[in-house]
Amino acid sequence: MKSTGKVIGIVSNLVTVETTGPVAENELCHIRLGGTDLLAEVIKVTGNRASVQVFESTRGLRNGDSVEFLGKMLEATLGPGLLESSYDGLQNDLTTMEGVFLKRGEYTDPLDHKKIWDFTPLAKPGDTVCAADWLGSVKEGWLDHKIMVPFSFKGTYTVKEVAPAGQYNIDHVIAVLKDEEGADVNVTMVQKWPVKVAIKGYKEKPRPQKIMETGVRVIDSFNPIAEGGTGFIPGPFGCGKTVLQHAIAKQGECDIVVMAACGERANEVVEIFTEYPELIDPHTGRKLIERTVIICNTSNMPVAAREASVYTAMTICEYYRAMGHRCLLLADSTSRWAQALREMSNRMEELPGADAFPVDLSAIISNFYARAGMVVLNNGQTGSVTFIGTVSPAGGNLKEPVTEGTKKAARCFYALEQNRADQKRYPAVNPIDSYSKYLEYPEIQAFLEQKFERGWVEKVLKAKNLVRRGKEMADQINILGDDGVPMSYHETFWKSELIDFAFLQQDAFDAIDAVCPLERQKFMLNLILGICDRSFEFEDYEKCREYFKKVINCLRQMNYSEWQSESFNSYREQLNQLLS
Amino acid sequence: MAAKAYQRTYTQLQAITKATVSLKATGVANDELATVNGKLAQIVKTKGDLVTLQVFAGTEGIPTDAEVSFHGAPPTLKVSDQLAGRFFNAYGTPIDGGPEVEGEEREVGGPSVNPYKRRQPSELIPTGIAGIDLNNTLVSGQKIPFFADPDQPYNQVMADVALRADVDKIILGGMGLSNDDYLFFRQAFEGAGALDRIVSFVNTTEEPPVERLLIPDMALAAAEYFAVDKNEKVLVLLTDMTLYADALSIVSNRMDQIPSKDSMPGSLYSDLAKIYEKAVQLPDGGSITIIAVTTLNDGDITHAIPDNTGYITEGQLFLRADSDSGKVIVDPFRSLSRLKQLVQGKKTREDHSQVMNAGVRLYARPSSRTVSTFPTTTSAAWTTQRTMQPACSPSTSTSR
Repeated sequence: MKSTGKVIGIVSNLVTVETTGPVAENELCHIRLGGTDLLAEVIKVTGNRASVQVFESTRGLRNGDSVEFLGKMLEATLGPGLLESSYDGLQNDLTTMEGVFLKRGEYTDPLDHKKIWDFTPLAKPGDTVCAADWLGSVKEGWLDHKIMVPFSFKGTYTVKEVAPAGQYNIDHVIAVLKDEEGADVNVTMVQKWPVKVAIKGYKEKPRPQKIMETGVRVIDSFNPIAEGGTGFIPGPFGCGKTVLQHAIAKQGECDIVVMAACGERANEVVEIFTEYPELIDPHTGRKLIERTVIICNTSNMPVAAREASVYTAMTICEYYRAMGHRCLLLADSTSRWAQALREMSNRMEELPGADAFPVDLSAIISNFYARAGMVVLNNGQTGSVTFIGTVSPAGGNLKEPVTEGTKKAARCFYALEQNRADQKRYPAVNPIDSYSKYLEYPEIQAFLEQKFERGWVEKVLKAKNLVRRGKEMADQINILGDDGVPMSYHETFWKSELIDFAFLQQDAFDAIDAVCPLERQKFMLNLILGICDRSFEFEDYEKCREYFKKVINCLRQMNYSEWQSESFNSYREQLNQLLS
Repeated sequence: MAAKAYQRTYTQLQAITKATVSLKATGVANDELATVNGKLAQIVKTKGDLVTLQVFAGTEGIPTDAEVSFHGAPPTLKVSDQLAGRFFNAYGTPIDGGPEVEGEEREVGGPSVNPYKRRQPSELIPTGIAGIDLNNTLVSGQKIPFFADPDQPYNQVMADVALRADVDKIILGGMGLSNDDYLFFRQAFEGAGALDRIVSFVNTTEEPPVERLLIPDMALAAAEYFAVDKNEKVLVLLTDMTLYADALSIVSNRMDQIPSKDSMPGSLYSDLAKIYEKAVQLPDGGSITIIAVTTLNDGDITHAIPDNTGYITEGQLFLRADSDSGKVIVDPFRSLSRLKQLVQGKKTREDHSQVMNAGVRLYARPSSRTVSTFPTTTSAAWTTQRTMQPACSPSTSTSR
């Protein structure tokens, strides 16, 4: 029998419940308020008192109101029809809700139970299967959506029967399995999984082998992110975090993008709703919306559901990963999630850690980042979840708990910088502070050498070093004055500006410059490093500056021109003349 | 605000702080209003039968045997067309000597708009101020604050913007306005003959600070009535949000909550977002646009209040005293309207963004010592001339 209880304390969305029976950590409950049930989650139990965080406004709730525990954790509903959906943090379908305002206690079904799908069996009677093995497949738009043995099934099963190819809705029994005791179990196209638990059901999780192309030069060449890798983008407001993340979402080389708008502006989500049905995926030519799932818990939606939203998004990614797809999860912003944790911790009167965040914040962040990764499935195929989170550090100061906690967990660091943004050097990724640990992986190095060319990693490191030296030279020149330093200082400085302006900076709003394929990146970096390798004889620093300005202008115009087009070649010709 | 007949009256307070009182009571609901010794209060916490109330008017003079009665409902506002042209205090009571407003009683601080039902903002709000219209165009459904030092004339600029803006209703939410500024707004609105489209909710510095917490909810409840029910374009002015946040920190402090950065409550981001995110373009044509004021301490935007605001709002308008013109200007470099590209060149002249970039570039030229000498390079029409002047360029160094 399920436990019940009654409300005995309320502070904002933290409610204390006196329970009559056993309750589990993270168990869900319904709090009865008038005619509606408010969903809440147990976050702490002391004796017969459970502290629950309510996913809705608690206005009007009274002490003594009845509570019913549901005997399950917060679950995601997984099945065909997830793609192109727009959910809130609890996976309610926002599109089927009535009225302009979100109504308290209104929960909608994430999947359409009436829709008919074209099913093709993959398993046959007599097969031995276990959790996450593929039983069949349906066409979800362009994507092969595998129907799997539910992840919650333990041990091995024998397939008794599989539905023949045909058209079914998601509740149709598409397979009957026999468990180890010989009992029959029905499998439909839908399964549920608690969002806070990682979906396993794969053979192994090897180190990442490849990079995920994004078309952003400062990422792909300078700080590549691995397919199945993790990265984060911290930056003060107005530095282009969202623009950079949207660029990755639009251009990232992957099958599925899940965007978790976690505690951010609603109008940014409206932009996705409005633009994605129009925009084209540069890799496949399909509409972007066809590969996108939107989880949207904007800043004015209930705080507790903000935390749930990133977990729901991750669970959906893991589900598609188990089908052998490459998924990209973008969360904007994980700081809002951390703030939601802080609000609850504060209301529970826990002893605070730094900046009043809960002390286990960095452990929670690492656990979450650890759910990303490339996996080898039981059948030998691979799937991946690449995760990039943004962080909104308070006051733009990177020495705050969320940034520090994330830095320990994520392998790529794209530091957006106010200074660069003020100078309109976009993307404002600081070339010196940012890093990708994947550049040090022998597997990734081998992949890059094969994908770009031999010696590529060395070239990248050389370019990075030139930028660093340029920065040092600029500091020296600023201290000693233009005339107080040797000419070579000016030359080195301008070489670093050359790399910055012609390679690192990229115009996200220009149709051509926004996406730079790897081939083009290779060409440009080689061209630029070729110039950097030359030594010049300038009469004075004015001449040096004038000369490099011209060179930079040619290269930038090349970036704005279509690859190998007439205008591209004419700027290249101009450049050659300058160099000769 | 009279207590309802069936409500029990309590007379035994357990604890009193400067902003809150606690007492034993049963059967009361979260967020419910109460009257404590004739002052309005709201339930903020219950623990067993111990109930904590925040007293909006402050607890001065409240005795331990004060009479407490509960109203059985959260704060409400009576909404109807009669609101137009009226001035109210934080409780929605008229302060202009006029009669009580009759209308439907609505809860304030209501639910959020379903993000899926929103429309992309696309209508220009012209203000007649070049620093805004040209460089940082405002769009209906946008939320944007002025970042200004306390000595700058932000209230005058805001009144100008409000009176010039092409909107159906203007709702003023004044928090901690000095009496002079309150009278200024009143005169400005009356003088412009615009009173019939203005609704004001005002808390002056003479009134208790905690009362301010009601102002944004009241103002936005009125705004939602006109925007949702009447499909009108509504402009909400909130001044000064820094004083609102200060009131939040007072209450959380009295409730023994652990402060986070700059002694602000840990929930500051959510608290501010709940207000600002009421800005919306509705599917049926109505819209709520919010222009707020966040006063800064010596231009410091890393303080928790402007910092959290910047993460929530769609840009910011920086006021700065300009030495070239001797006037206060909307700083072209530090200001930003995140939604401007939705109307620039679409609802305005086709070459708007080019004119803007050229203007900013020219402005940057005479004083290359300022923050940024970089024009915005948004197109291939990128010239070597200006753009190559990096801010850290050696050419600006001291050597002569």
